[in-house]
Amino acid sequence: MSTVTDTKYETVIGLEVHVELHTKTKIFCGCPTSFGAPPNTNTCPICLGHPGVLPVLNRKAVEYAMKAAMALNCRIASVSKFDRKNYFYPDLPKAYQISQYDKPIGEHGWIDIEVNGETKRIGITRLHLEEDAGKLTHVDGGFASLVDFNRVGTPLIEIVSEPDIRSPEEARAYLEKLRAIMQYCEVSDVKMEEGSLRCDANISLRPYGQKQFGAKVELKNMNSFRGVQRALEYEVLRQADVLDEGGRVVQETRRWDEAKGVTVSMRSKEEAHDYRYFPDPDLVQVVIDDEWKARVKATIPELPDARKTRYTAEYGLPAYDAGVITSSKKLADLFEDSLNYTKDAKAVSNWIMGELLGYLNANNLEIDDVNVTGKGLGELLGLIEKGTISNKIAKAVFKDMLATGKSPQQIVEEQGLVQISDESAILEIVDRVIANNPQSVADFKAGKEKAIGFLVGQVMKETKGRANPGLVNRLMLERLKH
Amino acid sequence: MSLFDLRLQEIHNRFARKELSVSELVACSFDRIRQVEEKVRAFLTLDEEQARARAAELDKQLSDGGPRGLLFGLPGGIKDNIVTEGLRTTCASKFLANYEPIYNATVVERLNSAQSVTIGKLNMDEFAMGGSNENSAFHPTYNPWNTEYVPGGSSGGSAAAVAAGEVYFALGSDTGGSIRQPAAYCGVVGLKPTYGLVSRFGLVAFASSLDQIGPLTKSVEDAAYVLQAIAGHDPLDSTSARVDIPDYISALSGDVKGLRIGVPKEYVGEGVAPQVREAVFAALRELERLGAEWEEISLPHTRYAVATYYLVASSEASSNLARFDGVRYGVRADNPDNLIDLYRKSRSEGFGSEVKRRIMLGTYALSSGYYDAYYLKAQKVRTLIKRDFDKAFEKFDVIVGPTTPTTAFKIGEQVNDPLTMYLNDILTIPVNLAGIPAISVPCGLVDGLPVGLQIIGKAFDETTVLRVAHAFEQHTEHHKLRPQL
Repeated sequence: MSTVTDTKYETVIGLEVHVELHTKTKIFCGCPTSFGAPPNTNTCPICLGHPGVLPVLNRKAVEYAMKAAMALNCRIASVSKFDRKNYFYPDLPKAYQISQYDKPIGEHGWIDIEVNGETKRIGITRLHLEEDAGKLTHVDGGFASLVDFNRVGTPLIEIVSEPDIRSPEEARAYLEKLRAIMQYCEVSDVKMEEGSLRCDANISLRPYGQKQFGAKVELKNMNSFRGVQRALEYEVLRQADVLDEGGRVVQETRRWDEAKGVTVSMRSKEEAHDYRYFPDPDLVQVVIDDEWKARVKATIPELPDARKTRYTAEYGLPAYDAGVITSSKKLADLFEDSLNYTKDAKAVSNWIMGELLGYLNANNLEIDDVNVTGKGLGELLGLIEKGTISNKIAKAVFKDMLATGKSPQQIVEEQGLVQISDESAILEIVDRVIANNPQSVADFKAGKEKAIGFLVGQVMKETKGRANPGLVNRLMLERLKH
Repeated sequence: MSLFDLRLQEIHNRFARKELSVSELVACSFDRIRQVEEKVRAFLTLDEEQARARAAELDKQLSDGGPRGLLFGLPGGIKDNIVTEGLRTTCASKFLANYEPIYNATVVERLNSAQSVTIGKLNMDEFAMGGSNENSAFHPTYNPWNTEYVPGGSSGGSAAAVAAGEVYFALGSDTGGSIRQPAAYCGVVGLKPTYGLVSRFGLVAFASSLDQIGPLTKSVEDAAYVLQAIAGHDPLDSTSARVDIPDYISALSGDVKGLRIGVPKEYVGEGVAPQVREAVFAALRELERLGAEWEEISLPHTRYAVATYYLVASSEASSNLARFDGVRYGVRADNPDNLIDLYRKSRSEGFGSEVKRRIMLGTYALSSGYYDAYYLKAQKVRTLIKRDFDKAFEKFDVIVGPTTPTTAFKIGEQVNDPLTMYLNDILTIPVNLAGIPAISVPCGLVDGLPVGLQIIGKAFDETTVLRVAHAFEQHTEHHKLRPQL
């Protein structure tokens, strides 16, 4: 079996990403788009596709799509239009999806990704606007299927990349960058678990040096970024094996089976749909003039790449740290907000990179799941600076803050964690520790400098970590050297 | 003489003088229905209880002296492809035999505001596909002038109900002639407004880029009143035009002096019955006598109109009718094997053969590999047909010709010959493709069957169309003829 690092074939990947726009109302009717409402409650005759209804375009959805397209460096259409994509499925009430065929909102864009410290530009073919379908639930045993139309008509943008991606790792980096940009633009929640970001992948292999693309396989049903990467890794190996054995890759759609870690065939090219696209006669063309473009453009905030550059230049953060922090708008906003309460940008960065991300990873949480504010983090660092608490105590306080949402002062007061910096008090304990540990004292005096670590540790233990460690060290040394 | 032969203003005067109540007028409707409906069969659903309650409510308003809507107290019928909340709307299809809409079409809301009284829902060709009402899944409608003949279609029930005096006015829809052709066959006035003048919200779509709702009435004046009540921008219809609505009623001056009329040679040539042609030329002489001038013109792309129409309309229909899948409303086939079988069986059982024919035609025309040759080409020809009209209207105020090449045909005569059936629409279809307004007014009888005169106007120039039709009507007696039932 081949391995991922095989060099015989070049991997060619293109991604199709759907992002739900979080407008207040649906794209063609006035129903709310809120997630989690009881089934079929956010519906009306229009989104239910009752006979006689007509769509009316939500202007906000167009503006969100324009904003997203601009952030992806797309050229914005002056005239855009909507087309019908015809197919039958129970989650699609009209039996056609209103989408865009040949005049999308945006085209010819790009984003930069970074893999292994190198920057690479990935082209964006197009960004178009369309309506979402409903959600089917199949009852156990297959005797019935239930359909929830709440999601029908939620505005979606589909972002199609050029086949510029050359590895599963790049694919993941692309997705992460795309998600960050959408977050910064505040057009979507971009949560893959809730389905507000969905990704299909096209992948083919070709011998290095060959210009022509190999047969393309479309992958569906990936539910996380990790899933996308794993599915692509599996597919690289599968296709390489087929080619190694002299076979031909079949052009088809395959489904990722997360549990089994394999892709399985769904349908071949011959069974592919003919969607019979044609312009939707119920809608008029969308004319986007320069004034409208300028107005939307003005709403685009500083994007992740720009912030990263600024963090390295302005605060001296290492490029890697700046990259990690700016990869999430929440983290970057937390970083900047913290600087309203402390001047030490590097310390803030270190705490985010180390304590915060470590805590989230260890507990399998997202940044949204914890109560962390710039004020809280900034004030915590202030307490360390002022010597009120030690670094070590601060780490424990921070965990408490994340879990409870309390302010650092409150936790320190409640738990009596104020650092002991009273020399006479510490000296008393130092003397006691020296008296109780003659062996360690002897070791130190015999030249084993490490023994002091044990003795200092004993002092910290007695004070439950509250003693000022610098002070303890100094006093211990003074006493031992006498 | 029936109360329905009174002018609208006279009816309203009698209301004001308390010589007539809305309940009496509505009773007149149901009395007439009891007399003749068995022979005409214009209705699919009668809404008598609601109508009488509504009449009583309006009578109370009358005695309270409240303001009166434009169509106050007038009994009206609504084509069964216009949705009415809580009142069965079938599109004359088995598929929707049990469908009760959960909202009102915008035109229904506007009729409510104008305070008319809805009598019931009118028969039609299934999903408005056909020109004879023989495609109704429930029963045909019969021409009140001779019940062996078709009333035309697809708004055949609307035309027949007005002609038979069952309602004061009716709403129909016109995609390729479906208001004007039955109006011509039944000897009533039928107006297809400019595309975008009347909201389509709540009209069950056949061909979205062609469909338009309009009135069928006994006089041009009544048509102007109904149009006044239903026209105007609707925020729920993106294709509805933002135009100022003129006063259609005061535009009916009776004056056509200096009016320039174009008569397309393609509309009076081969295929048009000689007696129909003669009736049209008689009408032109009358208009000439009233001070108008006419000359022959050419609309050279007319001969492509039918082919273009059947591609565009069927393509849109194939998509519009896809929602009838048996999943959410309407008929669902019993015991399907699987999802595809559910679709196949429900649609096979629910749709009639003409509807299936057009869905297949449209599906084919939109298919990958055929789209350019059929749908796209048809759209280009559509532009050429529109340009023919644009050019003609540079020189002429209206275009006049027959509404249909012949008078009504016998029931069953063309059922097995869809192509001949399609050609009945050859003179009405170009108007829909161009999106412009046209009216059919009675201009004589041939062998006891009415002939329709078609007056076509510029986009949003309904006032001229109505003015010319009204002048002609006021100086002739054709519209006063009534069928003997």
